[in-house]
Amino acid sequence: MSILEVHALSKSYRQAGGDTTLAIGNITCQVEAGEFVSFVGPSGCGKTTLLMTIAGLLAPSSGRVIVNGKEVSGPPANLVLLFQEYNKSLFAWRSVLGNVRFGVEARGAAAPAADAKARKLIALVGLKGFESHYPWELSGGMQQRVAIARALAYEPEVLLMDEPFGSLDALTRLELEDTLLRLWAELKTTILFITHDIEEAIYLSDRIWVLSRRPSQIVQEIRSDFPRPRHQVTTRAEARFMALRNDIYRQIGNQGTP
Amino acid sequence: MRTGKLNGPLFLLALLALWELAAQAEWVNALIIPAPSKIGKLFFDLVLSGQIPMQILVSMKRALTGYLLAAAVFIPLGIFMGLSPTVYKFFEVIVEMLRPVPPPVVIPVALLFFGLGDEMKIFVIFFSCAWPILLNTIDGVRGIDWVLLNTARTFGLSRAKTILQVILPACSPQIITGLRVSLPIMLILVVISEMVGSTDGIGYFVLDAQRRFKVAQMYAGMLALALLGYTLNQLFNLLQRWLMPWQRGRGELE
Amino acid sequence: MNRWRAFNWLGWSSFALLLLLWELGSRATPKLQLYFPPVSRIFAALIDALSAGSIVQHLLVTLVRFAEGFLLAALLAVLFGVMLGYFRFLHGLLATLIELLRPMPSVAIIPVAILLLGIGDGMIVSVTVYASVWPILVNTIDGVRNIDRTLIDTGRTFGLSRWRILWQIILPGASPYIVTGLRIGLSIALILVTTAEMIAGSKGLGFFILDEERAMNSANMYAGIVVVALLGYGLNRLFLLIETRAMKWRHGMMARQAA
Repeated sequence: MSILEVHALSKSYRQAGGDTTLAIGNITCQVEAGEFVSFVGPSGCGKTTLLMTIAGLLAPSSGRVIVNGKEVSGPPANLVLLFQEYNKSLFAWRSVLGNVRFGVEARGAAAPAADAKARKLIALVGLKGFESHYPWELSGGMQQRVAIARALAYEPEVLLMDEPFGSLDALTRLELEDTLLRLWAELKTTILFITHDIEEAIYLSDRIWVLSRRPSQIVQEIRSDFPRPRHQVTTRAEARFMALRNDIYRQIGNQGTP
Repeated sequence: MRTGKLNGPLFLLALLALWELAAQAEWVNALIIPAPSKIGKLFFDLVLSGQIPMQILVSMKRALTGYLLAAAVFIPLGIFMGLSPTVYKFFEVIVEMLRPVPPPVVIPVALLFFGLGDEMKIFVIFFSCAWPILLNTIDGVRGIDWVLLNTARTFGLSRAKTILQVILPACSPQIITGLRVSLPIMLILVVISEMVGSTDGIGYFVLDAQRRFKVAQMYAGMLALALLGYTLNQLFNLLQRWLMPWQRGRGELE
Repeated sequence: MNRWRAFNWLGWSSFALLLLLWELGSRATPKLQLYFPPVSRIFAALIDALSAGSIVQHLLVTLVRFAEGFLLAALLAVLFGVMLGYFRFLHGLLATLIELLRPMPSVAIIPVAILLLGIGDGMIVSVTVYASVWPILVNTIDGVRNIDRTLIDTGRTFGLSRWRILWQIILPGASPYIVTGLRIGLSIALILVTTAEMIAGSKGLGFFILDEERAMNSANMYAGIVVVALLGYGLNRLFLLIETRAMKWRHGMMARQAA
């Protein structure tokens, strides 16, 4: 049994004028426990809608989402969604420690244990020494590290990530990719990742689903079986990496403009 | 720069000296405009004898009761009005009907219901402080980003916990703004209601001094009110820093 | 037009329900009628007072006092605000005085005004001016100080006279702040006029309402409150109307920035 199953999922919106548009058309896929899977697609293809529907934050128009054998009808307890907008999703009124502890507390852990666990995770994301800082005192990359630590503190079986590094600069982005891989290997969480950066998807994932333009559908499934641990220089320099990148690029590029 | 900073206080001293001189030399009617030295001395006497502190205590008890009651009622109401369009619509017309009433004209109504007692002033202050607190809270809740609310949902927070742990702190800057705007309103209304219908309190003290033609005492009472207003403001700033530690230093950096 | 489509049925229903409960409750318990006279009786009192013209006279008196006080305050506060905002030396000189006087609840000036000016119109207008000057003054100073100096220097390089810099750069630049100050000043002016009328008036709505309370004519008292609320509402609407006209350029700019 897969940890996450999506069956014939579709989602349409009613627009301001009263017309309905189809954002997601008929997506079916499965994620196995411990896997790292990515959706790649052109911007505006409804990736965020897809992730919010899987996370139980939006109700699907048709189809089903099943997490760990249970059909999703609201935000499931063993799944958490991490947003791209770290500056909006972090609690401005809580310190770094407080934010991460929130994740533990939301799980229902007792206070003293929560503190120790939060500190451990802060160290894991590389923010030791910043426990008492407030989010506004940190750079964007550090803020997203806090958000990741907070999400992991919740101990989700499935972690959904909506273009988490999309608004960071290139170098910070590479650093955070490696941090994420390290945490994933250590904590054995299942990760479903969304990005419009093809290379990022190849570098991080076991499998990649290429999405079409609206209404988004899976046009291709691609395996990215480079040996782990991966390395920003050597992995990306492999000829196969480039071939895969070009392959996906053609898939996305071929769809033409709507 | 350093000398420039002193201009203000020096100018103030010069004004006081001129006033003193004018009163001493009787260029002005010292019965109506007594010398500042006389006012100052009387002020200290009245403070040391406990008269002014007593009156201020009486006034502040009324003022803060009404103020805190307004906060206790209208912050929660504002949160629910901000969260639910139905609740908002339900109360909207009633609020819009009551809001343009200038607060002092509520005093007669309160007199009718409560007589000259403390309840009268408390009700007037409660009514006057209601609107800034309510409207700012509603704005604050409506301004919360959907990402934040969805974050609370994805972490499986219950409705009650979401309100207490996410919504309330997220709109606390606006709530504080509402409370800050209400603070001088509270002070004005306690003074007015004591002037119109009371036998004690600092507002009564000042008006009574005028009616008995104890002019210096009237000015001393005004000085006390100015100091009170200033102190309340400073205390509020302290409270804000204590309540919202995450905002410390933020203004200086950004 | 859009307003009608979004007519708040729920809100008006709850308001109507409130009035209905008031009316029925009052009719059912005569003991309460002193405090809650039936809404219909308040309405009748309002019509009576309006047709007899007595309340209209009080209204006019209050309105004239308010208008004199508020407009004079606006004129003085903007004038001094611009000077204090522009000339740093002047601001440094007066800053301490302003910071000391501002926190004093403005109504405390009423006894002094009675002492110096008696209990006539002059006193009421003066305290209104005093109280509503503060928010306008402080906001104008902030507004002028926040104008980009390069804007003023640009005007200079174009050889604009000081007078034209004032009219064409400083006043428009500071106008958003000034408008905020004026709006606060407006409600404060209304508070001061009604207060002063209650304490030392023999005319005006503030006097009328308190007087009717003392005479235990609660229906008339409520009628007076309705009139004063309408006055407050009308003045606010009028202010908004003038503001949207005068600040058209800014609304356009804000809409563009939002898009």
